[in-house]
Amino acid sequence: MKFRETLLLSFETFRSHRLRSFLTILGIVIGVMTVITILSLIQGLNASVESQIQSLGSNTIFVQKFSWGMGSRFDIDELRKRKELTLEDAEAIAKLPAVAKVAPQKDYEVSTLTYRGNKVTRVEVIGSTPDLQYTANYSVEAGRFFNQEDHRRKNRVCVIGGYIVDNLFPYEDPIGKQLNIQGHKVLIIGILARKGSFFGQTQDNVIIMPLTTFEKIFPKPTGFAAVFRSLTIQVMPKSGKKVDEAIDQIREVLRRRRGLGYDKPDDFGINTQETLRQIYKNITNIAFIVVIAVATISLVVGGIGIMNIMLVSVTERTREIGLRKAIGASSRDILNQFLYEAVSLSVIGGGIGIALGIGIAKIISLISPLKAAAPFWTIILGFGFSAGVGIFFGIYPANRASKLNPIEALRYE
Amino acid sequence: MVLIRTENITKVYSLGKTVVEALRGITLTIEQGEYVAIMGPSGSGKSTLMHLLGCLDTPTSGKYYFEGKDISTLNDLELAALRNQKVGFVFQTFNLLPRLTALENVELPLVYVGVNKRLRQKRAQAMLERVGLADRLSHRPNELSGGEMQRVAIARALVNTPSVLLADEPTGNLDSKTGAEIMKIFDTLANEGNTIILVTHDQNIARYAKRVIHIVDGKIIDK
Repeated sequence: MKFRETLLLSFETFRSHRLRSFLTILGIVIGVMTVITILSLIQGLNASVESQIQSLGSNTIFVQKFSWGMGSRFDIDELRKRKELTLEDAEAIAKLPAVAKVAPQKDYEVSTLTYRGNKVTRVEVIGSTPDLQYTANYSVEAGRFFNQEDHRRKNRVCVIGGYIVDNLFPYEDPIGKQLNIQGHKVLIIGILARKGSFFGQTQDNVIIMPLTTFEKIFPKPTGFAAVFRSLTIQVMPKSGKKVDEAIDQIREVLRRRRGLGYDKPDDFGINTQETLRQIYKNITNIAFIVVIAVATISLVVGGIGIMNIMLVSVTERTREIGLRKAIGASSRDILNQFLYEAVSLSVIGGGIGIALGIGIAKIISLISPLKAAAPFWTIILGFGFSAGVGIFFGIYPANRASKLNPIEALRYE
Repeated sequence: MVLIRTENITKVYSLGKTVVEALRGITLTIEQGEYVAIMGPSGSGKSTLMHLLGCLDTPTSGKYYFEGKDISTLNDLELAALRNQKVGFVFQTFNLLPRLTALENVELPLVYVGVNKRLRQKRAQAMLERVGLADRLSHRPNELSGGEMQRVAIARALVNTPSVLLADEPTGNLDSKTGAEIMKIFDTLANEGNTIILVTHDQNIARYAKRVIHIVDGKIIDK
């Protein structure tokens, strides 16, 4: 019997037992749907996280007091005793052959900022040097960035992000206006190009000023708060130089400046986009394992459902099998008939699951900022796995059907 | 020309601990174009013989030649092809597939040969017209009377132009009037040169055949 005929036959039985077939494939539907949805979410998350990571400035190295993502392997006493990074450290790093730009940077979150009755909350204020433009990928949309001169003279100037423009200056040009930050008047000299938002959180609620000005406005904190106010040195390696080369040079110079013995571990952190990616990868790897577990369980449950209904079907249709054999069906034909039926059940289930998963991903991407989308390979995977389940769990009932003795099958009541 | 020849065939079943000797050495020859009735009481082994002749089963011992070919040498695929193209079965209980229409039921043997849909429908329709069911093509078995169902079954048995038509108590589930109509169809088919083997316990039905083989306790007896 031809492939097409057998396939049509398997759909025929699907039509004649609609409810039963639907209930049978539900396990597969739910399994595939869950997998597609979660993979779409991860995919959306990947895109968001990647763009977020890249917005840090490609290749930028962050020299800080601590390493990112240290996990649980840290020693709190050692961390507390660590020396602060200094502007002199930054200057030393700037002289390294593999380094192009260096921007020491501190930040502080101002809880509210008002201008003539308008208000913004939780503003990130950054103090740095003009080279931050290069290390952190900032560009100016209007006005200008502050320069070395502003930095040297501790000028009370700043550039502001688009979110602040929207909220404090909805109807006027902010350039030339003065902001009152912690009781200090600061002149707005430029507007930053927008970086967009991440997880609904804007990256444009930011004010950048010279580090010297910053330190005048925000005096050095003491005690526990100091931990969160330590200096970050942003480093951009020379183009053509490897990030790793720059990292090695920075490590060497810092160890020397801090007088670390060769047997002592680093008492500072050198962080890159790669560090973030690594942390993120560790998280998504766990998510993937969960997906695989969910998928395996639901596909096995779904497969058992299919096997069960196929065994029922073989019993119900014993006479039909006998008759088909009597009029010329070979064992192979019967095997194919039932196998195709099992596979078409599971593939239809997989198809519905894929459609639902894509639909859910679509809804998520419409109602949330997450660009959830099912990657093409997950669709192939969904069909592949459901077909595999159909074959694996369908082969036993189909084999049983094909081995039926036609005479006994014809006598079966 | 000899169509069927058996040499001392036996068939032994074991049902649990009891061994049933259904056939104890049957030797017979059936020529092409013959109209033969195999007659015997229930339990005589006549149905077993029919299954063997129709290649649904293989004998325990002895030789069975169909068109000169020893069927014990055939594999599953070859046996299936033989049943498909050389043998047409008509059953007491009709054995139509309930979800298919009369036309689709008749098409069924052609499906396994790989005939395309259009040609299949044409041949099935011609066959149904021959048994007088031109107006019942799209009816399902539950919309047909017993006599009509048996005619569909006969059309199905004939659609591949088999060498032999095997009918197992074809009138067993029909009233005598309808049964007579069915037997008339067999008569016509026999007159057209078809080989027909009729299995029955009914003297009145066996009478239609040109030759009657009596079986008692798995053996052919002369009467």
